[in-house]
Parts: sequence; structure tokens; C-alpha cells
Amino acid sequence: MKNVEYRTATSVQGGLIVMGGVPGVAAGTRVSLRDHAGRLRNGLVIRVSDEAVLVEVFEGTEALDLERTWVRFLDEPFRLPLSRDIMGRIFNGAGQPRDGRPPIISAERRNINGEALNPAARAYPREFIQTGLAAIDGMNSLTRGQKLPIFSGGGLPHNRVAAQIVRQAKLLGEEASDFVVVFAAFGVSSTDARFFQESFEDSGVLNRVVMFLNLADEPVIERLLTPRAALTAAEYLAYDLDYHVLVVMTDMTAYAEALREVAVLRGDVPARKGYPGYLYSDLAEIYERAGRIRDRRGSITLIPVLSMPSDDITHPIPDLTGYITEGQIVLSRDLHNQGVYPPVAVLPSLSRLMKDGIGKNYTREDHPHVASQLFASYAKALEVRGLAAIIGAEELSEADRRFLEFADAFERRFIGQGEDEDRSVYETLNLAWDLLSMLPPEALIRVSEEELAKYHKWQAVP
Amino acid sequence: MGRIVEINGPIVRLELPQTVIGEQVRVGALGLTGEVIGRDGDTALAQMYENTEGLRPGEAAEGLGHALSVELGPGLLNAIFDGVQRPLSAVRAKSGDRIARGVEVPALPRERRWAFRPQARHEAGTRLEGGDVLGTVQETASIEHRILVPPDVQGELLEIAPAGEYTVDETIARVRVRDGSVRKLSLSHRWPVRTPRPFRRRDHAVKPLITGQRILDTFYPLLKGGKAAIPGPFGAGKTMLQQQIARWCNAEIVIYVGCGERGNELTDVLEFMPELKDPHTGRPLMERTLLVANTSNMPVVAREASIYVGITIAEYFRDQGYDVVMVADSTSRWAEALREVAGRLGQMPVEEGYPAYLGSRLASFYERAGRVETLSGGHGSVTLIGAVSPPGGDFSEPVTSHTKEIIQTFWALSKELADARHYPAVDWLESFSGYVPSAAKWWAENVDPGWEAARSEALELLTESEELQRIVNLVGVEALSSEQRWTLEAAGLIKEGVLQQSATDEVDSFASPEKQYVLLDAMLQIRAQGMRLVKLGAPVRRLLQLPLLAQARRWKSQYPSEEMAALRAQIAEIPGIFERVALEYAERTVE
Repeated sequence: MKNVEYRTATSVQGGLIVMGGVPGVAAGTRVSLRDHAGRLRNGLVIRVSDEAVLVEVFEGTEALDLERTWVRFLDEPFRLPLSRDIMGRIFNGAGQPRDGRPPIISAERRNINGEALNPAARAYPREFIQTGLAAIDGMNSLTRGQKLPIFSGGGLPHNRVAAQIVRQAKLLGEEASDFVVVFAAFGVSSTDARFFQESFEDSGVLNRVVMFLNLADEPVIERLLTPRAALTAAEYLAYDLDYHVLVVMTDMTAYAEALREVAVLRGDVPARKGYPGYLYSDLAEIYERAGRIRDRRGSITLIPVLSMPSDDITHPIPDLTGYITEGQIVLSRDLHNQGVYPPVAVLPSLSRLMKDGIGKNYTREDHPHVASQLFASYAKALEVRGLAAIIGAEELSEADRRFLEFADAFERRFIGQGEDEDRSVYETLNLAWDLLSMLPPEALIRVSEEELAKYHKWQAVP
Repeated sequence: MGRIVEINGPIVRLELPQTVIGEQVRVGALGLTGEVIGRDGDTALAQMYENTEGLRPGEAAEGLGHALSVELGPGLLNAIFDGVQRPLSAVRAKSGDRIARGVEVPALPRERRWAFRPQARHEAGTRLEGGDVLGTVQETASIEHRILVPPDVQGELLEIAPAGEYTVDETIARVRVRDGSVRKLSLSHRWPVRTPRPFRRRDHAVKPLITGQRILDTFYPLLKGGKAAIPGPFGAGKTMLQQQIARWCNAEIVIYVGCGERGNELTDVLEFMPELKDPHTGRPLMERTLLVANTSNMPVVAREASIYVGITIAEYFRDQGYDVVMVADSTSRWAEALREVAGRLGQMPVEEGYPAYLGSRLASFYERAGRVETLSGGHGSVTLIGAVSPPGGDFSEPVTSHTKEIIQTFWALSKELADARHYPAVDWLESFSGYVPSAAKWWAENVDPGWEAARSEALELLTESEELQRIVNLVGVEALSSEQRWTLEAAGLIKEGVLQQSATDEVDSFASPEKQYVLLDAMLQIRAQGMRLVKLGAPVRRLLQLPLLAQARRWKSQYPSEEMAALRAQIAEIPGIFERVALEYAERTVE
């Protein structure tokens, strides 16, 4: 069957082609398609019956006709060839080289859809990863095997934040970064792709990075394969070669839009904002591939970047993502406009796995309480700031004015830091106490009395 | 024997004459399983529990002759099953870290022998009814598994096995049923998941489910046999709250259904639970717990089934006379699975793409909760707690709004509270409970007659402070009268000293009913004492400087539930503290 070419197309439209009367085609099989000019295209069978086979064409159906289109069914799902040599290489969304070097030849070829991990086989992530960013390490810390997205918006520096995390991420006690990076970009501009490439080059990690690129002007359907191909490579590196893999993906919004585009062509019933009802399941298939497996050394930590359409966190893409991932790092346009970098909005940000990766045996015993206190104090401080905007700062009580000062200092000194500044978690915690010391001890009820005695540097104003 | 005609994602069209809706099918070379959901002439539509990649038209398909059912017997507790009751640990032993398709593993262990003790009153000739207890197996140290006659069997007992060790397959009794044939009974039997198990009649729910969470037990109680929903946007702490309930509640059996949720959360439960002790019996929590896991990346049709697998097992333990809690996280994912299948079938969507039967399916699912008199005359209950994940946190969306009409207790989670790290982020204004009058009776008899009054006073205080807070946000705190400022402070005490509860703090994680009441009562005393002074003209600023206010906020994590005497001693000092302020103030006015 692999070698037979069929020329039985009965209709072609918007990326889909229907082939009539081909017996015994398997669902999900790969397709090779030759057009009238002899150009080869790739496709995937997405629906099949006795009478008709529906094929999705990655490169689009531009310039196809019914009479001179030949289709071969390759009788296998989409597979990615894998070997140690993928390190340092750049592939397109379908896993073919785009760096001008030869293709990967290997007997190890894996279905990019993967298979669901048995929940009983998972190991719970609890090793603290130090990113060097205080807003993350101190208040929303990342653990090995976690999936923690960055929710951003157009024009915000999410790429710079992601690149800084890649450069600085390390386990406590380790000298240099021990990570292998899989980087997947889909639907991004070539400028953004080049930014990452240069950032990896400058920090000397390029030979430990595998890149999968599908740029904004490249086939939309291929975008659906890109994250899957990248995660297949990540799984190979993590579970076959024992690496700790940090996967950075950008931009999930482009992915979801591609999914919607294809769903509409297929005639799927739309749910919210035209996105198909299976958007949640589809995103979960991607995100849930992060994690750790019992008795295996490697791990996959996933940082997907997504831009929230009109900064709306309730939009289906960030919303469904937030329900699947273990927290989110939200970037704020206000902070960005005030010149704070990284502009992390700490209150809507969250790391669900933080509680198990910090504290006594992981970072420092006061960490959980300090984080909780920073959240509470900053939330209160923002309330005060809101009030000051209405009645004027002069009208505030003495206690409230302290909170106002705390808010400013917290944003400038704690959240804000240099793009090359790599803070250790101890520096972060000490800085937190410096700032909390601007507030009277009785305003700090989330930390224990012993911790107050040990770290708080309050000097009552005479 | 039939054949595959068409494959469209999880939906497969089969040529399979004479099949029945609901029948299980096995299709293709891989032997994937699914169930029939529609018939049209000789073709049948089936939804598959596993990924259909690689299936081809023309491959074989067969009906298995029974509906999706679960195996019920010893070996259920302490296990983790997938959405169609495959034991995931055994699946892992067979197919590795990833779930291979078509893998078949029986739900209960086949080799294991259980020590069975027959009921003394049973002998040849005894008349047996469905639901009667044949005998018992001590399944875990804390749970005695009562072996039931299947509900659809009744007749004359011919023979019952003597006490001894048996596997779940061996015959332990023979019964001559009505048509004269002989049924062999074993330690286990099967029951179709979409059919509620029968009972004699419904009882009134009377006892509150104690979860150890103050905002739930004290403010919005749930009864054993009741129905509750926990809606909340992502990040509001829904899963954390449910895990707290699963850990601490005073049910005898807890079934946790992870329906379309995160894999790591189940791992968390799996790794943590064995280390935790049941606060009511002191035994490891896993001995009373059972997990059903269909994580978000597992096939969507099995996700739809997982909820029914969970509730059927819950009913089975109820029929043994136990109080069972089932936590379903999340019913929204279940509804989405329903929507996804409906979409593939081309059914007309009504709201947000959901099929028209969403409301009725939800209602009939929740209807399986309740306290009942069992077929054998005992009493058992199923308490159902469903999480809802409204898109964008919008409670007016279909799943939340339908659920709200069905349930009695509504624990609404708020994004604002969660953002301020006020956990559990249960919104005291949005939440409600229809069980307060019944719960009040129990609290009055078992804890303190003042419970209902204290609860209402606290809620009124919280509502009033909400109004005051609005004023403060507009014009500042100086605009308030002294009394109003004290009210605001008292509300803060309730929020931080009672409502906020840390799941990670060892002492605070669980509060006994007594501790809940003592803490609440203490805050209300402080409020009353302070208010008395304020009315006498004492400056509120002086009161706000009292170290007592910060101390009271820490009591919850300083005094474990067993040390209430020490806490009561602290509280006994409150009047003295205020008395001193009163004196000091009186002296100053005299000068």
C-alpha cells in the first residue's frame, strides 16, 4: 500500500483533500502527496470511512487540483527520528532539518502523539529550580517537572523573561545550569526566533538546545505538529538519555488559533469564541507531557509562553491553559509601562507546586511564610494605593503610608531586577525581609514570632 | 461479528446488527474497547475509551453482550483505577510507564485470597434477598468489607462456604433463584455503571459531614448524604480544598475521582495519602480511600465514564452501610467530554456548544447522592461533592448554573480572595447552604447551643463590613465612626483568625468542631468587649494597638484541636484585657 499512488481526489478545499474509494486506510496515517508540478507535500488522515478518506495537507492546498494530484498512504503515524545528534540542531515543525545539515538517520522513530503517561507511574515534582528571578523564586517558585506558563500580551517582554530563565535556571547547589533545552516556536516572527537563537548563542548553550521552528509565514497545519514533535524530542532526551529537559514553547495562542482554523475547515461544532470543544483535551495532550516518572532520572519542565488576546485572562486560551498547568506567571502591562523588568504581576501569578518544593529541606525554613506574608502585605498595599489615588496620600493614616512606601519599594527592588542579575534564593529571601521590615511586626501575622525575632529588622520610629 | 465502517476521532461507525445501546464493543486488531451510543439500521455508532489512531475500516468489531460495568468486591480500597476501572498499578506492571492501548487487566486482584467469615445466621434453606450480607472480609484494618448478595438475586440459599480464604472468583454460596436455576455467588459481583443501585427508601440526612475546614463546617455545612458543588476559576484553590476534604472528612469511605484533571495532582494524592492518618480513627488514610483517575491527557470518552464508575462504587459501599464521600474533580471536564462527543455526532448545540441534555444528565447524576435505608435494612449515605471549573470564572455559564439549581451546598471560590492568598478562598457572600437548620441541631447537641447564633452574628458582621469596606475604598477609613472602625477590625479578626485556614500548616490544617466553635466564639467576644468600650467612648485607636488582636489571629495555628483547654484559658483572659483598657481610660478622664 505504501508504494501505491492514488489519484482519486473528489474534493479539495482549504487545507483538506478528500480521497474516494481507498480501502483499508488507517486513521491517523501519514500521507505523501505529489501535485501537478511534481512538488511533494505531507499530510495526515484525519477521518476515514469505506467511501472516503479525509486528508489534512500541512503545506496547504494552494494550487492543487483533483485530476493531477497523486497520493500515497504511508501506513504509519507521524514519527520523529531521534538520536543524540538532535542536540544543537534546528528543525521545522514537522521535524525536518532547517539548518542546512543532513537529516537525522536513526532506527529510533517515535510517534509524535506519544501515549498517555500512567498517573500511577508519575513522580511528584518537588525539586526547587532557582531561576534567579525574585518574583518567581520567592513567591511563585518553579519545580523540576512542573508546567508553568507565562501569560503575556503583545509588546510585553515575555521572550526576554523566558530567555533569562533558560540562561539562569539551576538546581540549588549546582554550579552551572544542568539543563538541556528544547525550544519550540510556532507562529512567531523571524525576529523573535532570531532573538532566542542569539540569546542561546551568547550564553553558550546553543549546543545543548534543540530547536523546532514554524514561523508566522509557514504552514498553519504544521503548527499543530510543532509542539508535539518538540515534546517527543524532550521525552527522548529525558527518559532515554537521562537529561533534565527544560522545554520552552512560544506562542501557544498561535497554536490554538491554528487548531481553530483547522477545526472550522473540518466542520467541527464550535464551543467558545469559535474554538472547538476539544481545545481543552488538545492542550492537555501537550501540557501533560511534562513531568517526572518514577525510577527515571530525567525530567521535563515545561514553560509555555502565550499572549493573552487583548490582555484578557478569561479568554479561552489562557483560561483553559490555567486549568491544566500548575500555575501561571502573569506579566503586567502597568508594571512594564512603569519600567519594571521583569514585569511580573505577582498577585494573579501562582505556582501550585511551590508548597512542596520550598521550605526547610529545600530552600530555607522561613520561605513559605515569607512568601505568604509578601502576598498578603502587597495585596493590602495595593488596596492602600487605590485609596490614595482617591483621597490623596496626605489623608492616609501613618500605618497606611508605610504600606504605600512598601508597595513602591517592593515593585522597584523585589520584582524589578536586571536582565543579567541572577539572584540566589537566599538573596531573594533576605531582600524580602529587608522590605518587610518597612512594616511594623504586628502587621505581619503570616510569619511566626520566631521568624520575626530572627529576621525582622523593624526599628520603631521614635 | 461486525466490521468497522468509519473512524472519526473517538467515534467509530460499525456494521454490527442487533447490538443494544450501551453494549460494550471490542474493535480492530488492537482490541480497543468502547460502547454503543446509537443505532441506525444495521450500523451502530460507538464511542471508544481509547485513542483510535491506526484503526482501519474493514477491521473486525464485536459486541461483548454487556453494558459498561464495574467489578465490586474486596480489593477496591487503596487502589487507583482509570476511567473504565482498570487498576493503574497493575496496568503499569503490564504495559510500562505509558498506558498501552487494548491492555486488559481485571479490576480486582485475581490471586489474592481474602479471609471470609460467613454470617452466622445463614444456613441451607435461608431465604436471601438482594443486598443481604452474606459475610464479611476485613479488607483493611479500618474497613470491614461486607459481601452482599447482588441486588438482582433472590432465592433460597443452598450452600454457603465455611470461614476460610477465598479469591474473588471462587464460589462462596449457591442460591436457587426464582426460575429454579442455581446462581453461584462469589466475593465479587458486577454492576452496570449507568444504572443506580437499588435501595429500600431514602432517609433524611441528619448529621453534618465534618471536614475540619472552618468556613465549610461552621458557615456552609454539608450533611452526610448531601450534594455540594465547589465552583471556582483556575487558581482559586479548588483542588486543594477538595484534597483537604478527602483527607480530613469524617466519612468512612472516600472516593476521589480525578476527571480530566492534572496528572501531578493525583500523584500528589498517591504519594501523600499513605503518610497521613485518619484523624477520626488514627489509621492510614489510604485504607479508606479509592481513586479513579482519568487525567486530562487520557481519552475523553473514558473521562465521561469515570464519574459513573466512581458513583457506582460509592453506592456499593453505601449498600454495605457506610457513609461514603465522593469527590468529583471536575464535573466541568465531564460535561466537556459530553459536549465533545455530542459535537462529533453532529447533535444540535444549545448553550456554549453543550448538548440540550446537559442539565438532565447532571441532575440525574447528582440524584445518586443521598442517605438511604439499604436493601438489608441498614443505613448508608453517599455525599457528592462536585468541583466545577467555570470558563473565565463566570458562574453564569451552563455547567455552573445547572449545578447550582441541583445542589444544596454551594462553596463558591473567589479569584480575588485567592489572589490575596486568603485560603480557602470560599466567598462568604456568594456561598450558601440549605442544610443549616439540620446542622444546627447537631451542633447544639454535640458542641455548643450557641452555634447557630454565633454563626449568624459572624455572617452579619461580615456582610456589614463589606458595606463599610466599600465606603473606606471611596473616602478612606477616617470617614467611619469609631463603632464602624471597630466593626471592620472585628470582621478582619473573623476573616484572618477563623476563615483563613492553612492546608500546609500541621496544626491549622484540621480543626475539630470544638476548636471551630471556640475560635469563632473568641473573636465574637473580642468584638463585643471592644464594642462595649467604644460605646463608652474609649478611642478606637487605643483598642487597635492591643497585642491581643495579632495574638488572636495566631491562635488557630498555635492550639491543636486536642489542646482546647489551653486555648480556653487564653480566651478567659479577654475580659481582663479590656477591663484594664477601660480602667486606664477611666483614670484619664478623671484627670
